[in-house]
Amino acid sequence: MAFISGVGNTRYGKIEGSTTMGLAAEAAHAAMADAGLRPQEIDGLLTGYATTMPHIMLATVIAELLGIRPAYAHALQAGGATGVAMAMLAKILVDSGRCQAVLIVAAENRASGQSRDQAIQTLAQAGHPDYEVPYGATIPAYYGLLAARYMHQFGVTGADLAEMAVLMRRHAGLHPDAHLRSPISTEDVMASKPIALPLRLLDCCPVSDGGIAAVITREPISASRVRIRGTGQAHFHQHISCARDWADMGAQASARRALDDAGMALTDLRYLAIYDSFTITLAMLLEEIGFVRRAGAGEAARAGRFGLEGDMPLNTHGGLLSFGHCGVGGGLAHLVETQRQLAGRAGERQVKNATTGFVHGDGGVMSSHVSMVLERV
Amino acid sequence: MTDTASLSADPLARDWWTGVADGRIGYEVCRDCNAAQFYPRGRCTACGSTRVETRQAAGNGTIFSITVVHRPPSPALQAFAPYAIALVDLDEGVRLMAHADPALWIGARVRATFVPFGERIVPRFVAPA
Ligand SMILES: [Zn+2]
Repeated sequence: MAFISGVGNTRYGKIEGSTTMGLAAEAAHAAMADAGLRPQEIDGLLTGYATTMPHIMLATVIAELLGIRPAYAHALQAGGATGVAMAMLAKILVDSGRCQAVLIVAAENRASGQSRDQAIQTLAQAGHPDYEVPYGATIPAYYGLLAARYMHQFGVTGADLAEMAVLMRRHAGLHPDAHLRSPISTEDVMASKPIALPLRLLDCCPVSDGGIAAVITREPISASRVRIRGTGQAHFHQHISCARDWADMGAQASARRALDDAGMALTDLRYLAIYDSFTITLAMLLEEIGFVRRAGAGEAARAGRFGLEGDMPLNTHGGLLSFGHCGVGGGLAHLVETQRQLAGRAGERQVKNATTGFVHGDGGVMSSHVSMVLERV
Repeated sequence: MTDTASLSADPLARDWWTGVADGRIGYEVCRDCNAAQFYPRGRCTACGSTRVETRQAAGNGTIFSITVVHRPPSPALQAFAPYAIALVDLDEGVRLMAHADPALWIGARVRATFVPFGERIVPRFVAPA
């Protein structure tokens, strides 16, 4: 069995003078302390990538920095799904007996370590270098294409999408480490400046600095007894112009595999942590996976179903849209918040009856999907 | 477009963009299984055959999706903003990304034109004449 025995994070936001390694170390030490482990007791280390610090072997850089000599270490790359993918591999490593305690860590000074243009250009490379990027495409443009088609096909409105941004900001207001905490209204979202229409500024997540980490162990060694019960993935395309079935981009298939692996149904899940790089990302994932009907995410948010008191509390840390997006650490934050909710230590954000949780990461443009079912034991 | 090397490091992509500069949109058809595909790969994604041939599309299609970019990725492209990026389903059965008239909508019939953008000529789809 695999338990998320410790978690830790830095604050997210623009942190002048921060470095990717400094953020990684702060988060990693916090997670190890939370699990009650010394660095020498970690025997596996997984990390992702940092656009501001390209490196051919980032995992051993971090291991050396922390004084860890792991029996298993390397980096993974699955875009925004990397965080959940790291946790999935950590589960495989401890389940197989290969490792006892795997540190997964993600950090990047994505906001302060480069200019905004650099960040936008680097991220646009998730698109095809020959057949997409030359059109002046950006990540918001790829998701703008998704949004336009999805809204047209299922009757989703701009007001429906705006609800997602408002909800994430409301939740982030309760998290002291969140990047964006001032409340916003649906009118604010719909009046914000156009980025890649139909997406506007407040439909997009910010670029943040931050670091976050978790320790996955073979035994339940801490007071946080949160078990990884099932996992799944699906990868149907890389480039949005090559996506074939717009009714299942892979999220549904990935979620189905995780639920089957856990022996559970959607209705068994009490807490949701869903990737939300843009408002459309969150709405599409909720609807495609089947938590709500098509075009039903906005009305469910308006009805309070995703709030702290709702029947499907969602991204109570504020998600990428407001807690912040520092790259790999952006998607890993969903997992860390789920652990805190299931362990009953989310403070004033704590929801009732969070005995099970579902985490979903999306990399690229609905390209890489990784899903995970967690439970309190 | 004399400097074709600047178009791409990939020979297939260089050929494709050279064709665009001459007002052509190429796509591939498999000689073994007849599948049409875009982008060019030199190998069929349906059956794996390398017996693929390049054909020229007539340039007519339908808008599958469209977004209007107000925030370009670089200052060099600011002069072109706002510009529309579309996914276009060509009548030949392949989909490609291209520029489009921002006033167009999903489902609109379109035809290809070719216009300067940044350092190259790109296909831009507009309403049929
Ligand atoms: Zn073939």
